[in-house]
Amino acid sequence: MAVLIAILTLALIGLVVLVVGAPLRRARRPGDAGSPARDARDRLASVARQASAAPAASAAATHDDLEAAREAKYREIRDAELDFRTGKLSQEDYQAIDAELRAEAIEILDRLERLAAGGDGPEGPLRLS
Amino acid sequence: MAGLGFACLLLALAVCAYGIGASLYGVRSGRVEFSESGRRSVYALAGILTVAMIVLEVAFLRNDFTFNTVADTSSRTTPALYRAAAVWSSQEGSLLLWAWLLSLWSSLALFLTRKRLRDVAAYATAILLGFGGFFVALMVFYANPFATTHPAPPEGAGLDPLLRFPTMIIHPPMLYSGYTLCTIPLAFGMGALLARRVDADWIKAIRRFAFAAWLFLGAGILLGALWSYSELGWGGYWGWDAVENASLMPWLTGTAFLHSLMIQEKRGMLKVWNVSLALATGTLAIMGTFLVRSGILDSIHAFGGHTLGVPFVFLIATLIGGSIYLVVSRRDMLRSEHRLDSWLSRESIFLANNVVLVGLCFVIFWGTYFPLISEAVTGQEASVGPPWFDRYTVPLALILVLLSGVGPVIAWRRATLANARRNFVVPSVCALLVLGALEIAGVTQKPLAIAMFCCAGFVFGSIGQEFFRGTRARRAMAGEPAPLALLALVRRNRRRYGGYIVHIGIAVLFVGVAASSSFQHASQLGLSPGQSTRVGAYTVRYVRPTATITPKYDEAHTGSTLSLGALLDVSEHGHHVATLNPSEGFYASQEASQGTVGSLIGGQPVSHVAMNGSFTRNVWTAIAPDIETPALKRIVSVGNSTLPAEDALVGIAYLARAYLKNPPPAQFNFLVSPLVFWIWIGGLISFGGGLIALWPAPSVVRRRVSVRSRARALRGLARA
Repeated sequence: MAVLIAILTLALIGLVVLVVGAPLRRARRPGDAGSPARDARDRLASVARQASAAPAASAAATHDDLEAAREAKYREIRDAELDFRTGKLSQEDYQAIDAELRAEAIEILDRLERLAAGGDGPEGPLRLS
Repeated sequence: MAGLGFACLLLALAVCAYGIGASLYGVRSGRVEFSESGRRSVYALAGILTVAMIVLEVAFLRNDFTFNTVADTSSRTTPALYRAAAVWSSQEGSLLLWAWLLSLWSSLALFLTRKRLRDVAAYATAILLGFGGFFVALMVFYANPFATTHPAPPEGAGLDPLLRFPTMIIHPPMLYSGYTLCTIPLAFGMGALLARRVDADWIKAIRRFAFAAWLFLGAGILLGALWSYSELGWGGYWGWDAVENASLMPWLTGTAFLHSLMIQEKRGMLKVWNVSLALATGTLAIMGTFLVRSGILDSIHAFGGHTLGVPFVFLIATLIGGSIYLVVSRRDMLRSEHRLDSWLSRESIFLANNVVLVGLCFVIFWGTYFPLISEAVTGQEASVGPPWFDRYTVPLALILVLLSGVGPVIAWRRATLANARRNFVVPSVCALLVLGALEIAGVTQKPLAIAMFCCAGFVFGSIGQEFFRGTRARRAMAGEPAPLALLALVRRNRRRYGGYIVHIGIAVLFVGVAASSSFQHASQLGLSPGQSTRVGAYTVRYVRPTATITPKYDEAHTGSTLSLGALLDVSEHGHHVATLNPSEGFYASQEASQGTVGSLIGGQPVSHVAMNGSFTRNVWTAIAPDIETPALKRIVSVGNSTLPAEDALVGIAYLARAYLKNPPPAQFNFLVSPLVFWIWIGGLISFGGGLIALWPAPSVVRRRVSVRSRARALRGLARA
């Protein structure tokens, strides 16, 4: 029994080393065409974040932030429409809010497009609203 | 196999230490491969602890009494299902369950965020592994579930009879899932602060986990209440016990968080508040775990005095100190991007709801920890009881239920008074109808209960109106029949309408609580066979005694050796209502000094409650048969001196026969509770609503595409 336990323990350790060490081995392997591009981008982003001071860091609207903002804005547009249709918003309020939300959604989409094209431009921090 | 189990714990500890280091190094140096390796450490931890859990489960199922935990909390006579659940009835096993569930939920959270929030997730990984490492270290150094004794005792002590109840099999895993899920928003909240990425992205990443924590914790709390009502002999479902309160507090702050995070998602507001709620909920979950294990406060649920208090205090102090430091040091980044557009808006109702929920949490915190506070200030321990809690929590609960009806009919951003007035007509009429119906039914006492019924009526009206108007709007847009329109409405707006269903469930639950606690008939009855007595409108007659001998397994699968009870006939105004058979189970003990016969029934006696329930009222009774009469004691005494262990059951048979032939008077705890059934129904409705809100949208991709194309169309319109 003791031998069996020792073998099982060693097998478990081996498996853990295999799973946990895989990213490190992959990173060392030359010519790996799998993840370097993404890793390089992440590393660049990380270095960029570290290089900037704390207030400036918060001003960087990342792609993820923009996508989250876009989803939130879409949801807000749908919610405003539903609020109007269920009688919770007056026609005037709805039109004003809807126009405001659409303009904000367009701003986010523009910034996403600019980011995809290679730069976010000088607008500064992303405002959700 | 204990060696393999302990090796798993050591390996798990090493993996936690490595994973913390790798994650932190990865995120600080920008070397993604280390962050990735740290994340994989969480997966590895889940795998290792799964092996450890299997080892312990197998030991319980195989009655391997070399394991101390198996010998202490299980036995050959414990039914197999309860043996499997006995793993988490001990301090050691429950620590393993905690760490295992934490590793599983953490793995899921980190897997789902593997392609985004890399820096936040790396810090979160380190924090989650810190929690995992803490619990594994407790097992390695203080409460080892794989500790063994050689030679093994021939038989175990058996599972505490109070825990031999179906809901107790799933109550701990549900509650622990809730607790461990609470640590995920905490870890990501801290990660967001450390990485200085405090926008809504981290909230979006953990929203489902916060909801799942709320759902599991709520289900665990309700299952505990059901166990208390159905199994314990006092007839209540909530006693403001310290451990019950400890599970309720993170649920309350978690509820507040689920509401306020929507404001940050939509408006970029309440960042400090949200991150503080996430940190507080996680810390309260750890404090709840601490309360059960430290033995610092009296509770029927606690594992008793133990040595785990100091490490937990250290962890909690670190969490509180770290949270305060992070929030204060990042306060500049946590400024709201906007202000409230109007005090008459959904946002302001959510704010009010948050204030009430946190106020409730504070009241419960104060009452729960009052014994400690009192001892620290005056040197004398004093505690507060249910009346103190009721005085403060009942008004707050009333406001909360009312707000859950007000919120749905108020628009986001700003609502006009005219719209609000129009939207309040139906809910207010519903509340007034409830008041009128109560007046007609003669229910004029208990104003707080009546207020709760009216508030619930308001909620039903408000939510019903929302469903009706939403369906009507959908029909107008899509031309679908009403049922299809309703389905489509809920399917496309799961969070909103799932949340509304949760509100309905909570209102139903509070109706049950208000009715059952305010209009309950409770009596202590002393009856002999043939006697009857009146309790309110009910007549209770003791028909005859009952006795059951089950050496191993009884019908209720509780494993009691002897069960003594009574058959009661309950009628109302001459009409038969129910026949009840409450009993008390007597379990075997391991005390040889009690004698061969005495030890078969010398364990902890447990009440087997009898109930007859309907939608309108629940008749509940428990019996305390007197087996200390001279005649019955003499049978045990003679049996002890004459019968060998293998024939000891004969003595029990004599005892049962004597009880049936000449039954002593018995004490009955008799309750009639109106609408108590609706507490469980309300819980189920809330759970269903929660699942709807939690469930992912059916075709996220299709919706995204459609929203994108709509946004393009919007852009065109705006430019036109």
